[in-house]
Amino acid sequence: MSLTGLFLITFLVVHAGLNACIWAGDHGEMFNKSAHFMGTTVVVRIVEVGLFIFFIIHIIQGYVLSAKNVSRRGHDYKISLGNRGSKWYSRTMGTLGTLLLLFLIMHINHFWISSRFGGIANIRPLPEVTYDNKMYHDLYSEMLDVFRNPLVVGLYVLGCISLAYHLMHGFQSAFRTLGVNNKRYLDLLWYTGVGFSVIVSIAFAMMPISMHFGWVKP
Amino acid sequence: MEHYTMNLTLKVWRQRNNKAAGSFETFQVSDISSEMSFLEMFDVLNERLISEGKEPIAFDHDCREGICGTCAMHINGKPHGPWEGTTTCQLHMRAFKDGDTVVVEPWRSRSFPVIKDLMVDRSAFDRIIQAGGYISINTGNAVDANAIPIEKDKADVAFANAACIGCGACVAACKNSSAMLFTAAKVSHLALLPQGSPERKIRVLNMVAQMDKEGFGACTNTGACEAVCPKEISIGNIALLNREYLAAGLTADK
Repeated sequence: MSLTGLFLITFLVVHAGLNACIWAGDHGEMFNKSAHFMGTTVVVRIVEVGLFIFFIIHIIQGYVLSAKNVSRRGHDYKISLGNRGSKWYSRTMGTLGTLLLLFLIMHINHFWISSRFGGIANIRPLPEVTYDNKMYHDLYSEMLDVFRNPLVVGLYVLGCISLAYHLMHGFQSAFRTLGVNNKRYLDLLWYTGVGFSVIVSIAFAMMPISMHFGWVKP
Repeated sequence: MEHYTMNLTLKVWRQRNNKAAGSFETFQVSDISSEMSFLEMFDVLNERLISEGKEPIAFDHDCREGICGTCAMHINGKPHGPWEGTTTCQLHMRAFKDGDTVVVEPWRSRSFPVIKDLMVDRSAFDRIIQAGGYISINTGNAVDANAIPIEKDKADVAFANAACIGCGACVAACKNSSAMLFTAAKVSHLALLPQGSPERKIRVLNMVAQMDKEGFGACTNTGACEAVCPKEISIGNIALLNREYLAAGLTADK
């Protein structure tokens, strides 16, 4: 869980960084060009396969671990310890992960499928745009289109909240599992984890919000 | 602190034996002194049950001074009751008010089957110790205490971890019934000392293997174990155990 989790954390950094290009104020040119780079570079596409494999391992391992752990109690307590011993999000990683999985299915369906397979069979192709006489997928206008729907924006924000709490536990737990327990680094790890969870999740949540409310140039 | 007496409603788990289905039984206890320990309150109740010709409540207890680790009771949803860093025998009735309802359950874990009422079989912990929680080399006569230099920090941590009394509160509190805090305390206590280092790798591998064999759950770092440990063993030991286990897994000869 910890190794796949840390890999997925590095993916979030790349994803958030590239998507932040929507705020460049250039009508999405920088964003579309970086998305083009990610979609057409061989190394990135190979890493993308790795990313899917890591996602699948993380999801399967997570469910197997949750199922095994739940079965160990045998008989429930009449009164449980609850929040007196641990944080609620530490105990609900499986549920938060399931919310993220549902979000991921919706998210892949919105952008990844049409970006990679658009035009094949009945899959809707992305609109296109020309910069310096070269054709690019206009993912930027696709985002503007998708995030016009307030329900979609709401679901994306919900996904980001789940991500924040999932990371709040997952970030520092991954390091503990790998054996980091130096007193010197524990505080650093905790604050980095909380900071990372909050900042990355807010950055992601601001994307659909700023598109929906027209805070970026169309 | 001012002395007072109280009347309480107790809801206690009763279970005839390992096979029988248990249920809660309600008792009214009166004139309980605030200076009594929680176990003494149970003694008063049991004396009454015996005099009435009823079956007394079975519960484990031995030293009654917080060092044997047998007095396992899950009191109002918390192992060893509401106080921090205490065992059930050290919990005093001044932790409760007149008229309170107190729910007492046994440890709940598939690896700690109920023997009777509040007594559970914690021999799984003994088998984890038997798998490697000792030093098997012959040490000869006792040497001078200053003959083996040990740095103060390590000696302090090893001593703090040696304070683990194997009560099982960590397993009882963990949502996964994981025994990682117990095993981590035993492993790090010996791994940090020079006497423990010859068997350091094989010890951690064998103890973790036995822990898994006993059916304890996996650790997900929620921190509930640390919060309820009567000896306040740090969860940092679990990370140390993970590190020992990873290193031993990569470098052990067998």
